[in-house]
Amino acid sequence: MSALPANLKYTKSHEWVRAEADGSVTIGITDHAQEALGDLVFVELPPVGKAIAAGEEAAVVESVKAAADVYAPLSGVVTAINDAVVDAPESVNQDAFSAWLFKLQPNDAAAVNALLDAAAYQQAIDAE
Amino acid sequence: MTRETVLNAEHRASGAKMVDFGGWDMPLHYGSQIEEHHSVRRDAGMFDVSHMCAVDLAGADCRAFLRRLIANNTDKLQVPGKALYSAMLDESGGVVDDLIVYFLDDTHFRIVINAGTADKDLAWIEARRAEWNLAVAIEARRELAMIAVQGPNARAKALAALPELAAADVLKPFFAAAIGDVFIARTGYTGEDGFEIALPAARAASVWQALAAAGVAPCGLGARDTLRLEAGMNLYGQDMDESVSPLDAGLAWTVDLVSPRDFVGKTALLAHGQQKQFLGLLLEDRGVLRAHQHVYCDQGEGEITSGSFSPTLQRSIALARLPLGVAVGDHVEVDIRGKRLAARVVKPVFVRHGKPLI
Repeated sequence: MSALPANLKYTKSHEWVRAEADGSVTIGITDHAQEALGDLVFVELPPVGKAIAAGEEAAVVESVKAAADVYAPLSGVVTAINDAVVDAPESVNQDAFSAWLFKLQPNDAAAVNALLDAAAYQQAIDAE
Repeated sequence: MTRETVLNAEHRASGAKMVDFGGWDMPLHYGSQIEEHHSVRRDAGMFDVSHMCAVDLAGADCRAFLRRLIANNTDKLQVPGKALYSAMLDESGGVVDDLIVYFLDDTHFRIVINAGTADKDLAWIEARRAEWNLAVAIEARRELAMIAVQGPNARAKALAALPELAAADVLKPFFAAAIGDVFIARTGYTGEDGFEIALPAARAASVWQALAAAGVAPCGLGARDTLRLEAGMNLYGQDMDESVSPLDAGLAWTVDLVSPRDFVGKTALLAHGQQKQFLGLLLEDRGVLRAHQHVYCDQGEGEITSGSFSPTLQRSIALARLPLGVAVGDHVEVDIRGKRLAARVVKPVFVRHGKPLI
């Protein structure tokens, strides 16, 4: 498996989070998550404008094998969704760290700092 | 303690993602289960099915025994090598297991049973033999390896890779032959042509490697499941079990209620009749149908027993147990995470020989 991008933050539930210059955050699922799920065939994303609390179910990704919830890593409002992954769920398998799912405007911009860094997330998946 | 087939090291060397399947450590896929699925539909793929159990029956009372044990009429088997798919039922008419019976001669038959049910099945079979006091020797051939080679090019590639099996070229569908110590059948669980090959474990790895060298793609249980689902083939433990009548699981065609013979479960089947229909569903909205989702029909509620994404149709499909009166072409709704999505009722055979039937 490739090294985890150091510029991203992570969650124990296998989301990655990228803090953008405009204060929003971009969210996807990690390479470890796509690997565990296998071939993805369906992605359901939240509506733009929806307010979501941290830890709440925000999206669903389904592989041939199973369905998995994607949780909001931070509380905030959905500002954009990636329609390209809805049309081509396999793009998440091909490059999980590029194929983002949705963007949030977080209620507390500093909350992203409390998420796992690459080293801590690596430890979390090694411990599974 | 997880059991391993003799091909376990081959799977790991090929980078398989391994999973526990009914107590067996088996390959789920070797990278992409969708690619493996397409290999079988378009070319040739192979599956390690050594976890399944061949059981040899020998003795003067074989026919009398099978006549009572099996829901189909094994007296239909008159040509040596012919195979018959059916089920063993319990007294309440529930399915103990589904299986294939191979007729070798009047005193020799082979049946192949599922991995997860093998211990239970063998106890059941032995108990019936003792109860009926028949002269049948029952031998589980757990030492055999089994490899299924499936796909439009499966037979040609298998025979090219394994010239010692050249005599299998003349096998017709649903026939088998013993060639030396190899038992080769033109059967499968994918809706494609191909062979199922039972052979001594000591040669399994070399046969697997020869098939791979001939361009037969290793395929895992993931592809096996989507292939059998597209072909409309039942999976024991999911589409039926001891709580389900074969008449409610789409298996009426494997049950013979016409001949006068008695068999275990016959009285219960005749008393209860068919209570549900077993049909296919095609999801018209986006999403994925899964087992245990509820189906809402004009005639009442039903339940999905197997569902997934069909790599061939690029749509989600399912097998479902639905109320009587629901017809092919009806529009129904399926509850997926609290939303009611639209699905169409179809015949439960979605793809055969590479061709969509929907």
